[in-house]
Amino acid sequence: MSFVKSGLKYRTFAGGIHPLDDGKALTRNKREITAPLPKTVYLFMSQHIGAPAKPLVKKGDIVRKGQLIGELQGFISANVHASISGKVVDVTPLPLPTTGVKSPAVIIERTEEDLWVDGANVISDIDSISPGEIRKCIQSAGIVGLGGATFPTHVKLSPPKDKIIDTVVMNGAECEPYLTCDYHLMLDKPQEIILGLKLAMKCIGCKKAHIGIESNKEDVYRLFKNILADESDIKVDLMEVKYPQGAEHQLIKALLDREFKPTQLPLEVGAVVINVGTAFAIYEAVKFRRPLIQRLVTVTGDGVENPQNFMVRLGTPVKQLLEEAKISTNISKVIFGGPMMGIAQSNLDTAVTVKGTGGILVLKGAKQWESHACIRCGRCIDSCPYGLNPSELSITCEAKEFALALENNVMECKECGCCTYVCPAKRPIVHLIKFAKAEIAKQTAQRTVQSQQK
Amino acid sequence: MLNQTNNNLIVSASPHIRDMESIPKIMWGVVLSLIPAGIAGVFVFGYYCFYVVFLSCITAVVTEIFILSLRKLPVLNTIKDGSAVVTGILLAYTLPPGVPWYVPVVGSFFAIAIVKHAFGGLGNNIWNPALASRAFLQVAYPVIINSDWRTLEQHGAGKLFHNIAKVDADGKLVDAITRATPLAKEAGADMYNFAQLFVGNIPGCIGETSAIALLLGGAYLIYKRYIKWYVPACYIATVFIMVLILPSKAETAWAKNPFYHIFAGGLLLGAFFMATDMVTTPLTKKGLIIFAAGAGMLTVLIRFYSGYPEGVCYAILLMNTATPLIDRFTKPRLYGAKLRKGTECKKG
Repeated sequence: MSFVKSGLKYRTFAGGIHPLDDGKALTRNKREITAPLPKTVYLFMSQHIGAPAKPLVKKGDIVRKGQLIGELQGFISANVHASISGKVVDVTPLPLPTTGVKSPAVIIERTEEDLWVDGANVISDIDSISPGEIRKCIQSAGIVGLGGATFPTHVKLSPPKDKIIDTVVMNGAECEPYLTCDYHLMLDKPQEIILGLKLAMKCIGCKKAHIGIESNKEDVYRLFKNILADESDIKVDLMEVKYPQGAEHQLIKALLDREFKPTQLPLEVGAVVINVGTAFAIYEAVKFRRPLIQRLVTVTGDGVENPQNFMVRLGTPVKQLLEEAKISTNISKVIFGGPMMGIAQSNLDTAVTVKGTGGILVLKGAKQWESHACIRCGRCIDSCPYGLNPSELSITCEAKEFALALENNVMECKECGCCTYVCPAKRPIVHLIKFAKAEIAKQTAQRTVQSQQK
Repeated sequence: MLNQTNNNLIVSASPHIRDMESIPKIMWGVVLSLIPAGIAGVFVFGYYCFYVVFLSCITAVVTEIFILSLRKLPVLNTIKDGSAVVTGILLAYTLPPGVPWYVPVVGSFFAIAIVKHAFGGLGNNIWNPALASRAFLQVAYPVIINSDWRTLEQHGAGKLFHNIAKVDADGKLVDAITRATPLAKEAGADMYNFAQLFVGNIPGCIGETSAIALLLGGAYLIYKRYIKWYVPACYIATVFIMVLILPSKAETAWAKNPFYHIFAGGLLLGAFFMATDMVTTPLTKKGLIIFAAGAGMLTVLIRFYSGYPEGVCYAILLMNTATPLIDRFTKPRLYGAKLRKGTECKKG
């Protein structure tokens, strides 16, 4: 699907939304600055989807920047590395900023000079490297999907033998309102990102790649187009500015015109999607053997006076970043991620950046909406990019009619939030669907336990 | 470091931003879009019409307050959303201009108390409250609704703000002639020209005669995206085609003129303001098109082959009844799901 505007072909998908004020202007001209080194970092063993890593250090140990402190457990898991040099103060469970569930974390106090651990930060040859070695580098660097889903990248780049991947799709859409960290990364490090993409292609063994960039970042598009002028196998395309353009399904629909079910993975249609941030991390890991210990974070919103794009060490307390961005006194909401899918924080003191944190959005006077009965206007259906009926789902989930909700594909919902955004009755549709999914999972678990007891 | 200092943060599920549209905005938008038709009604039939609309709205709001307090629901916020006012106006617009004061009162009460709240209130009613109440009034006061209508010739058409409600001591209309709408079979040979039909200088109900005022209101609603353009378009197009292809029993000059059918009765009011009611119509585009086409067909069938001159009211009510069924058969296709067994859908 595509349409032509001002002479350029814009690709897109059906459904979705675009807020009138997407808040990107706040940080659009704020180039990357390095946040001051934190005194203490809190490194969670579970900064990815899958099994938590196993802590390798104990209280009192001295660690150096880039040292492995959490080892991956099982197939879907990722390594965790020390992001500063210093002394391990404690290894204790703390509430995760993403879910609020307590998970083991290594607390490191900065006592040493900020030097890399032996073996990291060495330049290596990336032209003759084998796919297996690339995968090993990515795995040991603890790279996960930096677009927010935090799926371990080495797993993503090891597709099952029976699935043939013909294209690596790179997501440069950054469709979440307010966030600009991917934009600045693409602006500053286009060569590195493309090298990272090529390494990912080599790792999977596929020849083609397709980069999608939203049309509000036309400067980045021109930059990439120039660099890739001689490469016929890597295509770059502009996409319409629309949320969720950067989600896997919508990206693949716009660029490759392939469809797959919401619960299916892109490899069903022969594609792998990586974020520009992930591509950059791959480059750093393979070329310099630098593990993932820092990332760009957009600190923005009307609750900070000086919104910025910070290069932040993982595990940095959010409070420090907010002070750096001059936080206002009367803030009402702090969100990890963007406004559409981000997670509201209950306690600023325990919130620290994790691998998936692309943005911290601080809002003054955040509204709480009163929910009304559904007036069946159908806006949610028009906006749902996955062809669900959010109106009916919200009603069935509210009534706890989970069997009916299952029949209406509640499990296929990706919780992108378009339906809730457009709802004139201000129904908390995503909230109700999340609730139903959790209840259904609980019931299924109970049933399994019961059948095992029999 | 990990001590509690800031606990005033709001925690809620995503998304954290919302669209500006809301139920009150939509409802008051509909009220605004109905004003031109009301002005036209007062212009054509006299300011008594204003009392009818006013009385109907007041009764609707008072009934809503009464029922909401009976149901122990928040009263003030619900009243502010304007849905009762919309019902009140729409009901009044479907009434004859010279209707006695108690008819809009009884009608409004019935619309809110029975059609709306007995089925669960806003969002849960099966039928359009204004139309269902109009159907009720047609049965309850057949003489008033069908007969006691006024024509313009007798009351100086075009004269500004003349009071047509001349009633005698018994509250009965003086000089009432039996002509409801230009579509009524008794209308005989005389046909109004299109300029008259367009401006609304014709007999009919309070809010249905002026095509230009209704189109203005409808255009506003489409512009604001409160209604979907294809619903009135499909409805009117279906009526147009059905009038052309179906044989009519009537031998009047207008009977086979599709433009006359579109402009002379309640079709425009129905197509732009009743068939587009969100609550009582299907959810998906496909469903809405089926709904509009079905309403169009039924309208012509009733006008041609039944005892009623007007088919819009019953056509929409019947399609309202079919809405859950339509919804069931027009579910949106799950993204990426196969259309039929064995055929993968590649084009969205």
